[in-house]
Amino acid sequence: MDELTSVYIQESREQLAEMEAGLLRLEQNPDDHDNINGIFRAAHTIKGGAGVVECSFIVTFTHLVENLLDSLRNGDIAVSAPLATLLLECCDHMGSLVDVLAAQLPEPADDAMARGNALTVRLKDILHTDKGQKTAANGATASGASLTVHDEVGEVESSGGGVVNTDSWHISVRFGRDVLRGGMDPLSFIRYLGSLGEIIGIETIADAIPAAAEMDPESCYLGFEIRLQTKASKADIENVFNFVSDECELRILPPHSNVADYIRLIKELPEDSMRLGEMLVRSGALTQTEVDQGLLTQHVSAATAQVSDQPLPPLGEILVENKVVHKELVEAAIAKQTQVGEKKAHDAQLVRVHADKLDQLIDLVGELVIAGASANLLAQKSKNGDLAEATSVLSRLVESIRDSALQLRMVQIGDTFTRFNRVVRDVSKDLGKEIELVISGAETELDKTVVEKIGDPLMHLVRNSLDHGIEPVAVRLERGKPACGRVSLNAFHDSGIIVIQVSDDGGGLNRERIRAKAIERELIQPGDTLTDKEMINLIFEPGFSTVEKVSNLSGRGVGMDVVRRNIQSLRGTVEVTSSEGQGSTFTIRLPLTLAIIDGFLVGIEKASYVIPLDSVVECIEHKNLTGDRNFLNLRGEALPFVRLREMFETEGEVPARESIVVVQFAGHRAGIVVDQLMGEFQTVIKPLGRMFANLRGIGGSTILGSGEVALILDVAALVKIVTRKEEERLLPNKNATSFSSLASTSSALQSGR
Amino acid sequence: MGQLVHAQGGGAAVKVDEAPSQYLTFALGGEMFAVGILNVKEIIEYGNLTEIPMMPTFIRGVINLRGSVVPVIDLSARFGGKPAELGRRTCIVIVEVTDELEDQISRHDIGIMVDAVSEVLDIPNSEIEPPPAFGARIRADFIFGMGKVNGKFVIILNINKVLSVEEIAMLTGTENVSPESLAGTGNIQ
Repeated sequence: MDELTSVYIQESREQLAEMEAGLLRLEQNPDDHDNINGIFRAAHTIKGGAGVVECSFIVTFTHLVENLLDSLRNGDIAVSAPLATLLLECCDHMGSLVDVLAAQLPEPADDAMARGNALTVRLKDILHTDKGQKTAANGATASGASLTVHDEVGEVESSGGGVVNTDSWHISVRFGRDVLRGGMDPLSFIRYLGSLGEIIGIETIADAIPAAAEMDPESCYLGFEIRLQTKASKADIENVFNFVSDECELRILPPHSNVADYIRLIKELPEDSMRLGEMLVRSGALTQTEVDQGLLTQHVSAATAQVSDQPLPPLGEILVENKVVHKELVEAAIAKQTQVGEKKAHDAQLVRVHADKLDQLIDLVGELVIAGASANLLAQKSKNGDLAEATSVLSRLVESIRDSALQLRMVQIGDTFTRFNRVVRDVSKDLGKEIELVISGAETELDKTVVEKIGDPLMHLVRNSLDHGIEPVAVRLERGKPACGRVSLNAFHDSGIIVIQVSDDGGGLNRERIRAKAIERELIQPGDTLTDKEMINLIFEPGFSTVEKVSNLSGRGVGMDVVRRNIQSLRGTVEVTSSEGQGSTFTIRLPLTLAIIDGFLVGIEKASYVIPLDSVVECIEHKNLTGDRNFLNLRGEALPFVRLREMFETEGEVPARESIVVVQFAGHRAGIVVDQLMGEFQTVIKPLGRMFANLRGIGGSTILGSGEVALILDVAALVKIVTRKEEERLLPNKNATSFSSLASTSSALQSGR
Repeated sequence: MGQLVHAQGGGAAVKVDEAPSQYLTFALGGEMFAVGILNVKEIIEYGNLTEIPMMPTFIRGVINLRGSVVPVIDLSARFGGKPAELGRRTCIVIVEVTDELEDQISRHDIGIMVDAVSEVLDIPNSEIEPPPAFGARIRADFIFGMGKVNGKFVIILNINKVLSVEEIAMLTGTENVSPESLAGTGNIQ
């Protein structure tokens, strides 16, 4: 796939997302004109881009959608729920068309074609029924518009300016009808033009194409507006079109032309001036303000019935005249165009960077930090005060560079969350339920790779809540709940992990049914006693589904265990809490891979380990901890602790003084016994790679200033391992091996003392 | 070079073999081994290794290789022997292995600990014998072939199998760790 196409695909996906968001807003605020404009712009950009990459099926379909949106924009059609649904479907279809392009297929598959055709028919139906009402509606909107305009003279004046602020040539070419018959390809001229310099912007003018029935495929109806940056002379540019000079209309404007020249150009060309203006802006020839001026002259000529071949009055005069004649229209136009301008400026603040480049940068910066640290060490050894100061400044700067570099990879989870607005809307309509989606913590940041992978599991959970969680309206009212159900998505940071919650205020989980099903599926034995938590978390077992009826949304029993597996593959956990009749909450806990966390550095023998600082509560001195009991009295509370030295089988003597780091996680407290405390340390998490995917208790690694690798402890998992080992050791129904392990562990304990 | 090999092999060498014909040889427990030179990224001094607890013995630990954390495998332990002892010429050979997971081919850098690196040899394909069915004391699938160099055999390793990330990851699972680590505690005393 060439670069142009891949850029187009990526951009149009973004545009589609914007369009979808806009359409969802449209339902809530049908009168929001900016929103409609935004949707139209998105569709228009997709169509324009499709033309550039020569993808005809997208152009054809999007053109129809654009037509409908145009009528919507002009107020010819009122916004209604079916219309919004139709447009959303169109949006989906456009997405699938883009997928077809991305898969490099020549055209969509048959079913997609059929869907497209069905949508086309519906689009055309709406368009045709509304044609009749068009004129009447036009009058109404025009008068409506003039009522809302404010009197802001100053703004009009400030938009003046004699010379267009670009330093490139503008070439406007309309190819003659017989160019193709003459064996010329318009594209080859443009390619040749590109060899003269750099084509900055190009817009295709296809307005001359007649209706399909009248169109002669052998004729050329195309024209182009081209921005060219070159050192070549005007004659050189003209020479490019030498072969077709007889048949085509060619207009060339040198760099720094007068606005008036552009305006003349617009007026001379056969197409609709308004549209041309838009095109010129997009090809970069003119700015928004300058097109406003183009619009001005148009109004001037309309109002004062100027003839086009008369010399144009100076710009100032145009403005003045307009203020007198058509002030309100001008202002409306300016207001509209400024908004577009602002949006453009906002887009310009974003730079697209390949993720690999970022990773590389972060790696390099990491090395810089390490190199800086060793330089710092040497400088201190040299006892040269100036040198030490200089290097310490340097390392501080390097560390801030590292922090900003790391921030580059972090994205907000908000975009992932807002995608569910659509899901909730569609599903609730399908199910005939009223459900609202509440989003909080959208600004919580996490690593881009995690954001990408969490989408699917979240989708399962949200759909599950919509389908099984929220009861039908009648049942809700019966239970004294509001008719409108509520599903909420929440995200926050907690102890160096990110927590994402999906909760609903529906019926909750039915314990008895879960139990019956689990027994039926032989997941548990009838006599087993399970805690409530264990019981409801059975729903994550493979093949478990309590709903008898299989709907197209969920209920196939594949959902939950897939969710759990996906989340586990991200080294996360998922849990459910539920109270019957009140609703359920699914809690996903994920590590922030590659995030920076504040760590607490501890040492055992020569090795260093990092404990996430958020989970550290306090540090206490390890005194009089003889005996086999691994708990101590911490201000009246029995605090169990883990001896890392033992657990990690570290060789060597136990030092005279040990310390205990008290950690807190998921509501539990535990102590970790270590040799030394080495203080806080800002940590870059480096995942250990697939080879250690099954390693529990270690959350990742980090590189210390000395260049050594330190391991990051996963406190919760460590405690879990210890708990399990102890269970294995002490539960009577285990076999003989556990006795031997009991013996060996206790003797290890003795030798450790 | 390739043409030369063909000339020597005469009419018999019709088969186009894409196996690399240059190999890095190294010593391990008194024996000579070789890996395809295309797998080798670099050779570094042994040191600054961070041990990872609760791991099988053949995983010596991880090192910081210019900002990325690279696991180091003790080959002699991986072949079922004793853990390698540190010597003056012990070094780490960084190799790149590929593995497939759900149709996605991923590359990993892994360090292997060897007693000494000797030289890069050209071993023509005609000089490579299939591995013996048994007797090499190494799993047969680890061996790519036996190269004949100066009348001696050099074991050419199938490095993608020896360092199969999939297999190693399975061996490092928690389920396997608990009995093993408990056995380890027994050893200490």
